[in-house]
Order: sequence, then structure tokens, then C-alpha cells
Amino acid sequence: MDKILEVKDLRVSFHTYAGEVRAVRGVSFDLHRGETLAFVGESGCGKTVTAKSILRLLPSPPAEIKPQAQILYDGDDVLKMDRKRLQKFRGNEVSMIFQDPMTSLNPTMTCGQQIVEALVLHKKLNKQEAKEEAIRILRLVKMPDAEKRFSSYPHELSGGMRQRVMIAIALSCDPSILIADEPTTALDVTIQAQIIDLLQELKDKLNTAIILVTHDLGVVATLADRIQVMYAGQVMETGTSREIFYSPKHPYTWALLSSVPGLAEHSKQELYSLKGTPPDLIMPLKSCPFAARCEYCMPICKRQMPQVTGLTDTHQVACWLQHPYAPLVEPSYERGVSNE
Amino acid sequence: MLRYAIKRIGYAVVTLLIVVTITFFLMRSIPGDPLSHRAQALPEQTRANYYAKYGYDKPLFTQYTMYMKNFLRGDLGESILYPGRSVSQTIAKTSPISGAIGGIALVIGFGIGITLGIIAALNKNRWPDYLVMFIAILGTTVPVFVLAALLQYFVAVKLHWLPSSGGGQTRHAIMPIMVLCLGPIASFARYLKASMLDTLSQDYILTAQAKGLSRRAVILKHVLRNSMLPIVTILAGRIVGVFTGSFLVERMFGIPGVGFYFVNSVTNKDYSMILGTTVFFAALFVFAQLAVDFVYVLVDPRIRITPESR
Amino acid sequence: MNEEISKDLFQIIGPEDSEAEKIARPRISYFKDAWRRFKENKIAIVALIVLAVLVFMVIFGPAISGYKFEEIDPSQRNEGPSARHWFGTDKLGRDLFARVWQGGRVSIIIGLVGALVSSFVGSIYGGISGYFGGRVDDIMMRIVEVLISVPYLIVVILLTVVLDSKSMFTLLLAMTITGWCGIARIVRGQVLQVKSQEFVMAAQALGVRPWKIILHHIIPNVLSVIIVAITFDVPGYIFGEAFLGFLGIGIQPPNTSWGVLASAAQSMYAFYPYQLFIPSLMIALTMLCFTLLGDGLRDALDPRLRK
Repeated sequence: MDKILEVKDLRVSFHTYAGEVRAVRGVSFDLHRGETLAFVGESGCGKTVTAKSILRLLPSPPAEIKPQAQILYDGDDVLKMDRKRLQKFRGNEVSMIFQDPMTSLNPTMTCGQQIVEALVLHKKLNKQEAKEEAIRILRLVKMPDAEKRFSSYPHELSGGMRQRVMIAIALSCDPSILIADEPTTALDVTIQAQIIDLLQELKDKLNTAIILVTHDLGVVATLADRIQVMYAGQVMETGTSREIFYSPKHPYTWALLSSVPGLAEHSKQELYSLKGTPPDLIMPLKSCPFAARCEYCMPICKRQMPQVTGLTDTHQVACWLQHPYAPLVEPSYERGVSNE
Repeated sequence: MLRYAIKRIGYAVVTLLIVVTITFFLMRSIPGDPLSHRAQALPEQTRANYYAKYGYDKPLFTQYTMYMKNFLRGDLGESILYPGRSVSQTIAKTSPISGAIGGIALVIGFGIGITLGIIAALNKNRWPDYLVMFIAILGTTVPVFVLAALLQYFVAVKLHWLPSSGGGQTRHAIMPIMVLCLGPIASFARYLKASMLDTLSQDYILTAQAKGLSRRAVILKHVLRNSMLPIVTILAGRIVGVFTGSFLVERMFGIPGVGFYFVNSVTNKDYSMILGTTVFFAALFVFAQLAVDFVYVLVDPRIRITPESR
Repeated sequence: MNEEISKDLFQIIGPEDSEAEKIARPRISYFKDAWRRFKENKIAIVALIVLAVLVFMVIFGPAISGYKFEEIDPSQRNEGPSARHWFGTDKLGRDLFARVWQGGRVSIIIGLVGALVSSFVGSIYGGISGYFGGRVDDIMMRIVEVLISVPYLIVVILLTVVLDSKSMFTLLLAMTITGWCGIARIVRGQVLQVKSQEFVMAAQALGVRPWKIILHHIIPNVLSVIIVAITFDVPGYIFGEAFLGFLGIGIQPPNTSWGVLASAAQSMYAFYPYQLFIPSLMIALTMLCFTLLGDGLRDALDPRLRK
């Protein structure tokens, strides 16, 4: 598999009156063609900021992407693209869908027009061709009554249908990467399942790489090839879905897994809830950010940042428990999953 | 849509009738009566005739029904100050003058105000923004008469570029238009800036950017239209503002418009003229509001489709 | 930096309960935060200082001048500003310095009292309308719609004609009689919005009494809107008074106001411009400062802007 996207040491800060909020602190990852990578973590852990950085969608000021960072798309540094190149890149090569389909569509433009806009821009189609293509894409995303919905305004559609329109816009120009920022969070549970199924199907059909941003491990389970667990703007653990679900190594991942209902219910134990809140990102961190909430915290955790340990080619974890001196700990949750 | 329109027109008409009624009784509640102050010197018989001429010899309620009947036919009575001069005709003759000056001022004010608002919003917290906001604040806080006096003093008295007052020629209208358009410039600029900043922070702008639209296309196709919508709602207020602004401006520049006559009738206590002009302005405002509501329905698809929900 | 990694650093001690629950950033109360933001706004602070100076002069100015504002001196007609008469004299030889500050009293009192009265009435009316909603709201808002369907300045002019008395009281009455409608609408909207928010519904569901909900949830959330509305209303009233004064239907002599002073000077501005410019400047300056202050307050108090 070849790498389509390489992010190296991404650091993003927001400058606020209270000081510099370091929202992303040195995130690196690769994405291969046709692969689905999920960013998982609590709210405020830097997932969305990382995702938006890839398209350079963060407003600056207050956001600042530190200069040593590199975001290589097919070897081309996104952070160094000029305006023209960036416009070609956005929507055409990498596109994005957002959390709330209620507010992410222009209320005064028909859904069809919003798809056509992208087609005319990137594929240089004329109006009629673009319209036909837009209707084809609406059918592709399983929009009922695609022709009729082409001239509907967003407020006339349900949340699920709007999200389909968003997906249609995002996929209209056959991008190599689709970034989906919490695509199901604002939707009803039944609609969530439909949208996930749709993404799954489109992924197989179109061979588009997907970056899926979510706090919901349930969504990830069906879709993701690889998972990147994030906390306080850092990557805690990364690995294939199998590795993360069946042999997770970071206490934070354990905590996340045991708070998912579907995974925990077999274990006859109470649904785990992680105590406390993530650290304030305004503070500079010199030690493990999770230390204060970690069941397995050791003195070293509060003194130094843990090293990244590679367990397999695909599985890496940043935790002192991997150190040879560390005691062997058995995560309590594991019974839950391995019983399946 | 049709049902909505009929309902809305119905409301406007009822509102107007209520306003006419209230105004009528207010004017009749003036201590003494509108004529007493003019008629006291007249001999008994002449006075009775004088009262009969304006219908003041009849009971109040009869006067009211008479007034309403005439009002519905477009007849607003006769001037007390200048017997024989019809109020409706005076308004019909003078309001086009005010309307022309006010209309031009409004169009210019709209154009400049919108442009300044866009400039300010796109240069937020940089000098063009500060400059525009400075102009806008001056425009809302410097009273019309101060501005008019300053212009007259410098442009007419000191520099002799334009005549300080009088009507009929284009050069007479330049300064009044300049004075009248400052208010609209200021309010449109402020409003549009706020509205644009609000629109710029909406999620769908992010969607448009993520599509790869250029900044220009995002602004033209997505930001402008959505931020212009709220502007429509302040239009009615501005239309009337131009007319009320004309009270002072026409007086100061000696323009024979409806504002000039209104102020004259106020200072001369020409009650039938005051009543008639008030009714005229109320009608203007009510129908401007109505027109604006319809325009809004036409430009905002969210309202267009579901009239039942209103 | 890198200390020696020794084995004794590797024993599990578990999470710290105390620290985990602590929110690291210091909490700032709403009004403290608002005050912090207001202080940062230099323009608003300058406006506040200028207003303080104006109010001081309006109170003590007439006394400082050494002349009585209504004192006529036929030998000193239309004198320009000088050491004796700082702002000059008018056509009856009255000292303008004393008259400007005396007139300022009327203008500023009308501005403040008008704004306060109309905000008070408007808040109560809008609050009732918004809180009870439904039928009550419908009827109350229809009434407002009728009242504001006549342009404000025309209502005021009409009422001054009808009341036929040109004291400050009747002027205020004429200006506030429909002047409260705007604030009533704003407050109603705000109350409706607050009422539909989750925290109020939660309080209702918990059985908190209505007056407690009003006191603890609705008033604090509406208060900032009212404060800002009052500030923006003041220049409106000052302008209204000046407008009427300028048309010759405002305060009557011997009393005066900035609008009346400007009006009196208008016929001769070509010869004695200072007589027009000084009161005009005062009107513009006061309106400007209140507007800037209102801007500052709105930015400081608007919780949506809270970062």
C-alpha cells in the first residue's frame, strides 16, 4: 500500500486572552490509499483540529500551525501550497464532511446547486452535465427521490438526508481522501447506522481513503482499518482495529473500550466511566497527560513523557507500562472483549 | 402563499385603521378645539359657519364616521390655516419632492453603506474596518441638523460651491441628499458588517471552503446573499427615516417637500394638516413594512415554502 | 532534563482523585469577566471618562461661569468667545457657557430619565409577554405592533402638539409613551429564548418555583441586554429632544436645552457660527460617547462572545 498522506509532528496552538492553548502537540501519522483511519478520543482532545489542519481550514488568527510541521499529500506539502494549489486540493483531492448537517449546508441554496458548485469548479462540467452528475451522485448516496431533492432547500430535508447531501458534495469530485468529522454524532441512532452503512459501502465502491473523527468506538468498530487514540493533543496509541480492540496496551484505550456499552455488557460489570476531565491544554505538559486520571499511574509518569514503543509494524503506544522496569498489568476490561 | 399575503394585507389595513382612529381622537382631545384659537375673534354667525364648514358642529362620533368615510376615499380634509387648500392635494404635490430626494439618498446610502460594510467585515480589526466603523458611528451620532449646518456653513457660506437653500434645481438637492444619505450609510454599513461576520462564522462557509471555492466565490455566492437577508428587515425603517429626516433637512434647505409642510403645520397648529400628514406617514410606514415582508418571503427560501408555519 | 530512570519510579500509585476533578484554569465570574473585557476596551473607557466630565460640567458648569444663564446683558450681544465669556454670548447678551451647561442639564436628564423609564416599562411589558407566552403574548405584541406602526418622531411631534405644554415632563411623556416598545420587544425575545433553554427547563422539571426561576435564571440573563439597550437609548432621547427643540416645539424659554440653543443660533449661523457649533458639538459628543459606551458594554456583556 502506498502512502497518500503523511503528517509529521503537527503542532497547532490557539492564541487566546488566557494564553496559548496547545490543542495539538506533535501528532504524526500516515494514511494509505483506500484505507480508513479513525481518530478516537474525548471531546477537546485535538481530533477535529488535526482533521481541519489537513485542509487548512482553521481560522488564523487565532489558530497557528507551528512551522516545523509537515502535511505531505502525495509528497506535496499542504502547508506550503499557494492559494491556487490549495483551492484545487480542497474538495478535489481531499474533501470533508462536518458534524452538524443542520448548519453545514447553505440555507439559501438548493442542495443540487451546492453539489453542482463543486462539479463545475473542479471537473469543469457545464451546467447541464453537472446537474446530471449531481443527480447520479445523489442516487449513489441513496437519496430517495434524487431528481426531486436536487431542487430542494436544506430546510426541507431531514437530518439524515442532509448528511447524505453533505457526503454527496464531498464525494462529487472523487477525492482520494474523505475526512468525516463526527459524521453521525448529530443524528438519531437509526439514521447513524444508515450513514455508517453508506460510508462503508462507498468506501468499498470508490476506494476512497477515509479519516474518521469520532468519540464513539462503536462507529469505529465497523468502519476503521486503523485507529489512532488521541488524548490532550497527543497520540496515545495507534494500531489496526484488531490490535486496538483485542490487544490494546494503553490504559486510556482500556478506559475508552470499557465505557462502550456494546463491548462491556458481556462482562457483567458496570459500564466504566472515566473519572475527571482532560487536562487544560493551556498548560505546557512535560509528563504523561493522562497520568492524573490513570489507574496505573506510576511516579515516572509524572516526571517524564513516555517514549513511543513499537509493538508491531502497525501498533505503537506511548506509555511507561511498556518499559522493562514496569510491572505487568492486566487490564480489567479485557475479559469483556475476549469472551466474545 | 396567497393566504399568507391576504392575511398580511388584512393586518396592515386593520393596523392603519386603528392608527387613524387613535390619531383622530387624539387631535380632537386637544384642550378647546382645533378651531377655537383661530375663531375666537370672529363674530358669532361667521364662527358658526366656520365650525360648520369643518363639521365641528356635529357630535364627535359623527365627525369620526365622516372623517373615516372621506379617508377611505382618499380625502384627508381641508387645511385650517389655508381654507380651500386640500390636505390630500398638498401631500400629493409635495411628497414626490421629498420622495425623490429621499429615494436618491436612500439608494446612494444603500450602495455606499453595503460596500463599506463588506469592506469592514473582510478587514476585521484592520484599519479599513476601524475607518468604516468610525464613519458609521459618526453617521449615527451626529444629528442631521448639525451636519446640515456644517455643510451649509462650509460649502455654501465659506466656499460658495452650492446654494445654501432653495429648491427646483439639481444643485439645490445635492447637499440635502448628502445629509440624508449619511444615516442610511451608517446603519447599512454597521448592520451588514455584523451580519457578514455572523455568516462568516457559520458552518456552511466551512463547507464551501472545503469544497475548494476561492475566497471570492465563497464571499459572493455564500456569504453575501445570506448576510443581505437581515438587511431587508431594516429597509422599512430607513424608508421612513428618510422622510422624518426630511422634516429638518427640508426646513433648513428651504425645500418645499412634505416634511416642510408638516413642520409648518405643527408650528402653525394647522390641525387638519397635522392629522392628514400623520395618517399619510403611518400609511407609508405600514405599507413599506408590508412590502418589505413580501420581499423577505421572496428572497428567503426558508419562509417561501411553508406559509402554514407562520 | 532527563533524570536517571530508576526502578523505584515504576510502582503503580493510581490516579489522584483530588487533581483529576480540578479544573485547571481559574474560574471567573460573569460580571468580573465582563468587567475585564470592558477594561480592555480603551474606546469605551475614554467614552466613559468624557461622559463623566460632561456630567460634572453640566452640574457645576453654570456656577463656574459666574453668570446666570437667563441674565440678559444688552451691552454684550453676540460677543465671540473671549476670556470674559468663554463660549461667547447670544443675541440677548446671555453668557453661552452658562447656557450650554444649563441646557445640557435638560438634554442629559431627558436622555437618562427617558431611557430609564422606557426601559423599565418595556422590560416589565416584554417580560410579562415573554414569560406567559401564548394568548397573552399574542395580544400584547399585537398592541406593540400597532403602536410602532407610526414612525416614532411623528408620534412624539403629535403628542407634543396634543399635550400643548412644553415642560420637560410633557416632553418626556411624549417621548416615552411609545418609546418603550423597542425594549419590550428585545426583552420579550430574550425571555422567550432563555425560557426555552435547557437549564431553565431543568429547573422547572426539578420543581423550582416560578419566581425563583425568574430571579435566578431569567433576570440575570436578560439584565445585560437591558443594560445595553438603556445605553443605546440615551442618545436616542437626547437626539429626540434636540430634534424637537430644533423644530421649535421643545423646551420653552427661559429654560433651554442643547437643541433649543442650536435652533436659536441657526438663523444666524453664517455670522455667529460658534453659537451653533458649541451646542451641536455637545449633542454629537454626548451621543457619540453613549453609543461607544453601549458598544463596549455589549461586547463586554454578551455571553456568546465569551471565550
